[in-house]
Amino acid sequence: MAIKMTPRNRRRLIVNNIMLSATAICAVITVSSLFLILMYLLKNGGQSVDLNFFTQLPKSPGELGGGMANAIVGSATVVALASVIGLPIGFLAGVYLAEFSPKGFGFLVRYTADLLNGVPSIVIGIFAWGLIVHNMHHFSALAGGFALSLMLIPITARGTEQFLLEVPRTMREGALALGAPMWVTIATVIVPAARKGIMTSMILGVARISGETAPLLFTALGNQYWATSLNEPTASLPVMIFTHATAPYEDWHRQAWAAGLVLLGLVFVANILARTIVSRGASLPK
Amino acid sequence: MPEPTKPQTAPVKMRAKNVNFYYGSFQALYDINLDFATNKVTAMIGPSGCGKSTFLRNLNRINETLRDTRLEGEITLDDENILDQDVTAVRRRIGMVFQRPNPFPKSIFENIIYGPKINGMLKGKNAAEIVETSLRRAALWEETKDKLNESAYALSGGQQQRLCIARALAVNPEVLLLDEPCSALDPIATSKIEDLLITLKHQCTIVIVTHNMQQAARVADTTGFFLLGKLIEHDKTEVIFKNPSRKETEDYITGRFG
Repeated sequence: MAIKMTPRNRRRLIVNNIMLSATAICAVITVSSLFLILMYLLKNGGQSVDLNFFTQLPKSPGELGGGMANAIVGSATVVALASVIGLPIGFLAGVYLAEFSPKGFGFLVRYTADLLNGVPSIVIGIFAWGLIVHNMHHFSALAGGFALSLMLIPITARGTEQFLLEVPRTMREGALALGAPMWVTIATVIVPAARKGIMTSMILGVARISGETAPLLFTALGNQYWATSLNEPTASLPVMIFTHATAPYEDWHRQAWAAGLVLLGLVFVANILARTIVSRGASLPK
Repeated sequence: MPEPTKPQTAPVKMRAKNVNFYYGSFQALYDINLDFATNKVTAMIGPSGCGKSTFLRNLNRINETLRDTRLEGEITLDDENILDQDVTAVRRRIGMVFQRPNPFPKSIFENIIYGPKINGMLKGKNAAEIVETSLRRAALWEETKDKLNESAYALSGGQQQRLCIARALAVNPEVLLLDEPCSALDPIATSKIEDLLITLKHQCTIVIVTHNMQQAARVADTTGFFLLGKLIEHDKTEVIFKNPSRKETEDYITGRFG
């Protein structure tokens, strides 16, 4: 059967096709940027990622080989410190927001958390420098961990709140009706019901801060050697990438690429882990 | 003002005196006076939005957990005002089953043992025994005895609702409140729960809110009719259904509205 093509119909068809193509192209760009980054990193840093990269200290320019063992351990240290500070505070703040906050104050906390989330990370770095480094007179992993925890707190708080609010009210009432006090209800029913979501937002938050450079630049600073205490300047992968990539040495550039690849790999692993946790069965009924 | 209710078939277990209730500035209940007789089933009927569920939810003070609500008047359990008592102790004595089954995302066993555990009732007792007794009381033991460690969500809707009844019974409540417990269930599951209520009343006092007039007629000893936040009439169930004294009740029963 033939459809009569009026000019109006024809125009609609053309606009439709243009828009459809535009959305498809943008979708492809979205996906391919990740693959482009990955391929670029593999091409430039792939050969440098070997066992040495994970076990040795950085070499001076001109010497071949070497690794970034200190930066991997340093990143882990700084991120662990940030997690120890940030996750409990963020989690409890999220519980407060979801379960206890009175309307006005809840709005204030929520709004502030969102603003804190939007503070440029370099500003958070300056703040941590002024508060800790400046007063203690030296750079340290502690200062770096503190700076990163400031980024982790709002992410965790809002994530926790969101997943707690998804637990149906009837489930709270079920526990309360059995004589459970509010805090017991939260600890034994509501949080376990939202556990997967909360853990996911925590893992994603930790993955997010492990790639941050700016807050570490003048807090943990960096170190070509092993740090022997939390009170010393400490190497981290993102800062390592920054210093190696901006140095004028060819072999350092290769190491920077390799560090980028390793960092991205670690973030991927965290993401996949988070997704696996979520997909392992729905924790709540519809 | 409607006089406190007449059908004194047994000693009073719970009593509501001049209860007014507000959601913010909206008054949902007006001056309710209602007695609940020991070991009887009291049904509360009425059209949607008449306040029957709101009233029920005040009997264990669960409405307090909603923001911006206010209760006036007195609600007594064994002649003591529950509004003056520790709320968790009150709720331990007055169990509740909700409109939709709301098992916890835990195993069947853990669901039942939850109440005894948080109320410190497990000392010197056998948890498995409490679980079996409670499931038997809710007529669910035969269906679940081989899968106590499976998730409660593996059960059908009707079984889940009986699990919620068993969970409420596990702390030995003196009163059991049921808020339209069959509204999400099919007729077979419904009739199982109704049979259960008739046996359970020998062990505790039962208050049930229902949309379904036949259900009230089948299970309740006395029935109260609510309309627009007021208790219009409370009497023996057969009186309410055959010979109500108020015109509004008769109109509702005969299906002229609601």
